[in-house]
Amino acid sequence: MISKMNRPAWFIVPYWTLFFVFVVVPVLAAIFLSFTYFNAIQAPTFIGITNYIELITMDTVFMQFVLSNTLKFALIVGPVGYILSFLLAWMLAQIPAKPRTIFAIILYSPSLTFGVALASMWRIIFSDDSQGYLNSLLLNWGVILEPIQFLQSPQYLMTIMIVVSLWSSMGVGFLAMLAGVLNIDQTLYEAAYMDGIRNRAQEIFYITVPSMKPQMLFGAVMAVVTTFQAGGIGVALSGTNPTPQYAGQLIVNHIEDFGFIRYMMGYAAAISVILLLLVYFISKITWRLLGERE
Amino acid sequence: MANNSFQGTKINPTRFNKSQLPFYAFLVPFSMLMLLPIIFIVNHAFKPQSELFAYPPKFFVTRPTFDNFTELSRIVSSSGVPFSRYLVNSILITLIGVTLAIFITAFSAYALSKLKFRGKKFLFELNTLALMFVPIAVQIPRYLIIAKSGLIDSYAAHILPVIVMPVAMFLIKQFIDQTPNELIESAKIDGASEMQIFMKIVLPIISPAIATVGILAFQAIWNDTTTSVLYINDESKRTLAFYMMSLTSAQGNSVAGQGIAAAAGLMMFIPNLVLFIILQSKVMNTMAHSGIK
Repeated sequence: MISKMNRPAWFIVPYWTLFFVFVVVPVLAAIFLSFTYFNAIQAPTFIGITNYIELITMDTVFMQFVLSNTLKFALIVGPVGYILSFLLAWMLAQIPAKPRTIFAIILYSPSLTFGVALASMWRIIFSDDSQGYLNSLLLNWGVILEPIQFLQSPQYLMTIMIVVSLWSSMGVGFLAMLAGVLNIDQTLYEAAYMDGIRNRAQEIFYITVPSMKPQMLFGAVMAVVTTFQAGGIGVALSGTNPTPQYAGQLIVNHIEDFGFIRYMMGYAAAISVILLLLVYFISKITWRLLGERE
Repeated sequence: MANNSFQGTKINPTRFNKSQLPFYAFLVPFSMLMLLPIIFIVNHAFKPQSELFAYPPKFFVTRPTFDNFTELSRIVSSSGVPFSRYLVNSILITLIGVTLAIFITAFSAYALSKLKFRGKKFLFELNTLALMFVPIAVQIPRYLIIAKSGLIDSYAAHILPVIVMPVAMFLIKQFIDQTPNELIESAKIDGASEMQIFMKIVLPIISPAIATVGILAFQAIWNDTTTSVLYINDESKRTLAFYMMSLTSAQGNSVAGQGIAAAAGLMMFIPNLVLFIILQSKVMNTMAHSGIK
């Protein structure tokens, strides 16, 4: 049988059927549902752009907290994580293979803890009472007089979310950039020095980054997507959705809140569409910043 | 040696040189800092009750025990569904899921890279666009699709939605692009079918990319809790990751439960790490071709 399988369809159909069912259809369905009222029990009824109008004009939580939280979270975690990934990859490329492998494994391993598996660990470290590790440390050093409710107070929750996300941001994009730096032709550097490049900063800007642009782009897309995907973290840390005073509420949590807690699925779909557009446009802007594709 | 006169960056040096010291000076403390939470959880998982309650709390364990692990298995076995059930579910789902993910993505990648058919360019563009796809955004339509197709409470609901991985497809396709066409052409002259060429010639060549996709799929499936939360109502069909999550969110708040939560977290984390350490050189090989052109 295998000796007769020649048609491209054998190769294409399995992946693209699933792609169609679980990527294309859901996106189209989300767009459709976003124009309806749908409570998961009765059939959806068409209500035009009411959901979008409500989202912009009436949903004070969305406009006041969710959107600004998401942008703040994304604009810090995305670029900082990305630049950090690049710098670490660049430094790792300058040391011999054995220690490099060890460092790479250490730096990559936090990204393996994504999801909620290790949220409990952070809850222990940032625990509210004097038993919490950070609290007890600060109390001992005399920095604070009484324990801080890190995970329940709006002032700290967002900062902790950002720190935890940055900690685990050396993922696939980081590995791609490390491979990218390592693959640059050594003679390019030697030639550049003859042409008058003088220091490492110039090296990075004139040789390293341009030579590994494809990996830089891949890393950028990964950074944007994982940042927006990381939405569960606030809920996992504080243990509640909505998070205390909406301090850690990101778009992803808002979708869950309306879709699976209040069963306003049409409305939740409208938020989903906004999220997809946001990721798309931010990726596009990033590509622009890093240089056009062709 | 030319190296003596060349003062700039030496990429991928073969041995230690004192010009590398500044990098070590940054990398050593920085990676220690990154490692801290993981060292913490390892220590916490082995702490006996007395050390968990100690005030002020201690970072390192002084008298390690397996108490937390035995306590964990005691709680699990008293919950009605035996621990082995969750474990078997997870292993089965991960095994089938990873295998399927590898084959469907590699098939598609081979077709997009080497076969000739209409719409090939469009499909690749669509996949590149899907790199930006955030599955969490379309949880609701996905749930409706699973529900309408009668997949609720089936193992397929754990597997099918998560094995569509545009990143994996992208990586393998870029990798296959590097394999010389001559190999494929000569096999074709010998009368091999496309499927034979793929199985006998292409698959062995792209093994590093396959290993990488295997790791990515393993991480995505082994750690996944959303399918258990959304698509499964039957407790006996849920996965270990789900069970560990519900256990740690129930136990993690009390001091006594912290040790158990740490033990559970550690058990979920270790397989990921071991697999990555074993396959890391293949992953790096694949990543060299990961660029978006």
